Order: sequence, then structure tokens, then C-alpha cells
Amino acid sequence: MRIEIEDLHIGFRSPNGVQPAVRGVDLAMGAEKVAIVGESGSGKSLTARAVIGLTPRGAVVRAKTLRFDGIDITTATPRTLGAIRGKRAGLIMQDPKFALNPVMTAGAQIAEPLRRHKGLSRRAAREAAIDLLAQVQIRDPAAVAERYPHELSGGMGQRVMIAMMLAGDPELLIADEPTSALDATVQAEILRLIEDLVARRGMGLILISHDLPLVAHFSDRVLVMYAGRVVERLAAGDLVRSQHPYTRGLLACMPSLNHPRTRLPVMVRDPSWASP
Amino acid sequence: MITVENLIVRFGGVPVVKGVSFTVGQGQSFGIVGESGSGKSTVLRVLAGLIGDWQGRIQLDGAELPPRRSRSFFRRLQMVFQDPYGSLHPRQTIDRQLAEPLIVHDIGGLDTRIPRALEEVALPPSLRFRYPHQLSGGQRQRVAIARALIAGPEALLLDEPTSALDVSVQAEILNLLVDLQAARGLTYLLVSHNLAVVAHLCPRISVMQAGALVETLSVDDLRAGRILHPHTASLRELAVELEAV
Repeated sequence: MRIEIEDLHIGFRSPNGVQPAVRGVDLAMGAEKVAIVGESGSGKSLTARAVIGLTPRGAVVRAKTLRFDGIDITTATPRTLGAIRGKRAGLIMQDPKFALNPVMTAGAQIAEPLRRHKGLSRRAAREAAIDLLAQVQIRDPAAVAERYPHELSGGMGQRVMIAMMLAGDPELLIADEPTSALDATVQAEILRLIEDLVARRGMGLILISHDLPLVAHFSDRVLVMYAGRVVERLAAGDLVRSQHPYTRGLLACMPSLNHPRTRLPVMVRDPSWASP
Repeated sequence: MITVENLIVRFGGVPVVKGVSFTVGQGQSFGIVGESGSGKSTVLRVLAGLIGDWQGRIQLDGAELPPRRSRSFFRRLQMVFQDPYGSLHPRQTIDRQLAEPLIVHDIGGLDTRIPRALEEVALPPSLRFRYPHQLSGGQRQRVAIARALIAGPEALLLDEPTSALDVSVQAEILNLLVDLQAARGLTYLLVSHNLAVVAHLCPRISVMQAGALVETLSVDDLRAGRILHPHTASLRELAVELEAV
């Protein structure tokens, strides 16, 4: 599995012409862990979702290269895209409360892609679903399989969603703010689980977040996005050596337990960050 | 200013807050940290009068709080919620939402107070007649804070006020809260799962776990690791570990 993105542009049509949201992003990755970090509106989610052709209606996508394992996403048919999504690539979204079907049990939701993509029988799919729940470290997976989303805690819901994404044995996981809706403790547990699964199954991971120090712990390298562009690329261990004032600002404005300050530095945005 | 003694809350017979006691002095900031389900938000909601069925004693400046709050109570104490989009009326202008507390409390001078309230939270006056969906997340939270402050309360209940925001916006809102407290002598009761945020704003912190308050300590003791309860220690260890870059 290889992802090749070259000069990706995504914009939205508006009465004043196309409003750019992603402006010339390059990314080439294999089975590694890449974090895309930025704030709301930086284009991080759009970039990652474009890899599986999952951009919102009305989005105009243009790229010199946009390939998932050699398949050109910009010209792929819905059928080809359907075979990638949920099977070769899984998307874990922010809030399990909204991303899971509220009227299906956890087990049925995980079984659905198994039946669809692997053609398993109802019974075999159910058993495989329970096995997947066990793989995401849910104790008593058989009981959890019978539960509906509203009966699950946030962390448990997120594990169910991950299990669902593993059903197709994906080569790539896209985790879009997978822990923003969770507590600090559960956050770390879920990220450790994702890291562990990615390592064991040899998957690629695109981890999208606004929390730079957090994701740096769970990725190999980090792309920092601002206003639709990648402003800095770093090895995860090199955060302290970041050069770009935006990256430095993101790190500095976090309240710290070890280094108390009465006032937090406020990011002063330089218009030049948004231009190439 | 706020005294809570042996507060017990049950949901359908299941105890979710199991005898919590704490005191917040006038003009001070007190933080409660804990995970989801620890009961921290429930404590705040009881104080705000959003949950009527509880046992124990709650005092505001020495006066017992009845289960049903009076109008004058809400003039003294206001709440700011986690998600500003969910807590603002989607089809009312910012002007209308800021006017509401003034109308409820028979406070006049809307045309001077509303622009002043916007200015106090560093919002441009041009936002006055916009709708919430036309504002950014940080701007919405500033509106929510302005609305909480417009009737001149003495204390704010802050329920995860920055958890839904980007880190740079979080920094701005935290600075704003510090400034407002200095300017108005406000009392804060802050609830969050983010230990660093609580420690930033509050010199005194309680840790809740499974409905019980397991430890109350000063932020200096927390930073120095002078901790008694293992749950506090694990929260601190995690915060320190994830902070390191």
C-alpha cells in the first residue's frame, strides 16, 4: 500500500468563485504512521479524506497525483472507491455517538462489513465480530456485541468503531480526531490501542489531530498544516527543533503542568504563513 | 462563598455523587478534575439548579440553597458549558441572547450593556446582530461567557469551557478568564478532564473518581508530586508524560 499525493488542491464553490481549502499538499507514505496536525479549517481532514475519495459534496478536487496503492482516486468509479473504503482503508471518526448507527447493536455493525466485503455467513460474521471486539481489548466481547451504541461509554464506542474498521483487514487507517471527544486517560488508551494494532497488522496510519504533543507520541512523522498548506514537516521526535512560528506557537500555547505561567502566549498569526 | 457538604446525587437509585464536600472562597478558583462518569459535571449541574433531586447541604455565602433556585440566585451565579454551539440558540442573534438575561432580571440599558459585554470579551461590536453559525468556535465561547457575565454574577460555573476548542483558542479563552477574574473579582468553579487546564486556572484542585472526591490539594503540591491518592498520581503522570515533547 502506497499513498501518493502531489499538489493536491481542494476548494468549495461559492458565489465568489472557488474558495480554496487545501492548497498544494504533497504527501507520499507507505505503512507508516503520519500525523497531520492543524487547527479547525486547516484542511487536515479534507486532505486525509481525499485519499479515499471521501470529500464533501460540492468540493472541487484537483491534484497532479492522488493515488491509493496505484489507483487514481480522481478518476476512480464509485465502485472502485467503494472497494477501497471500509475494506482497504478504514476511517475512524471523532465521536462514536454520531458515527455509529444508533439502532444497530455493536456486533451487527461490525458484522455488516464482514458479510459485505468477505461474504461471510451471518453466523461466521457474528463470531468474527466478537473476535474483533476482543482484538480491540474489550473485556467480555460477546456481551458488548449485544449492546446498542447508547449503552456504551465513549471509549468503548470508539473501540467498537475501530473494530468495525478492522473488519475489512485494511491496509490504511485514517483516524480523524479519534480521541477529541474522550477523557485524557481514555484518549491515551485508545491511541495506544491504535498504535498497537497498526504495528501488529502492518497498516499505514494517518492520524489527524489538533493536539500536536499528543499525536507526536503516536506517530513517526508529523505534517503541520495551516490555511490549507503544509507549513512544516518533522520527525515526531523533533518537535522541540521545530522552526515554523506556527508550530512553535501551537506548542507554546498549551497550558503546562510542569511549567506554570500566569498568561499563555497568544498566537499572533502572520499573513505570510498562508502564502507559499 | 460556595460551600458544599456531603452532597449525594442518585440517578434512578444509582449513586453518582457519593458525599462530596468542598468550599470555594470569594474571588477564588477551585477546580474539579476527573474522568467521564466521575460525577464532576453532576456536582456543577446540582449547583446550577439543573438537577433538583439531591441530598446534602449547599450554601451560598452562608445561606442554604433550596432545591428550586430563585431568580436572584441566577443573578449571582451563572454557568458556561462545554459546547458553545449547543448552548447558544441557533436562531437568535447574539444581541437577542445577550438581552435575555437583562430582560429576565429587569436590568435596563440594553443598548449600552450589550456593546460593553461584547467589548469585555474582546469581540468586535459588528458581531452583535450575527447568528451563532456565523461565528467561529472561539467567538461563540466568548459570547457564552459574555452572556453569563452580563447580569453581573459573582461566580461562574465552568464546565469544560475549552475542551471543544483549538489549542490556540483555548489559550485565548483561558487568558480571558484570568483577566475577567482580576477585573471583576469573580469566583470560579471549573470542571475539566484536562489536568493542565485545571492547574493553569485553579490554585486548589479536587480529584473525583466514581462519584467520590478522593483528594483535594494545592496546585503546588500537585506539581511537586506531593500526592496522596493513586488516582491523582496516575492523572498527573499521564499529563506529564504527554506533555513531554
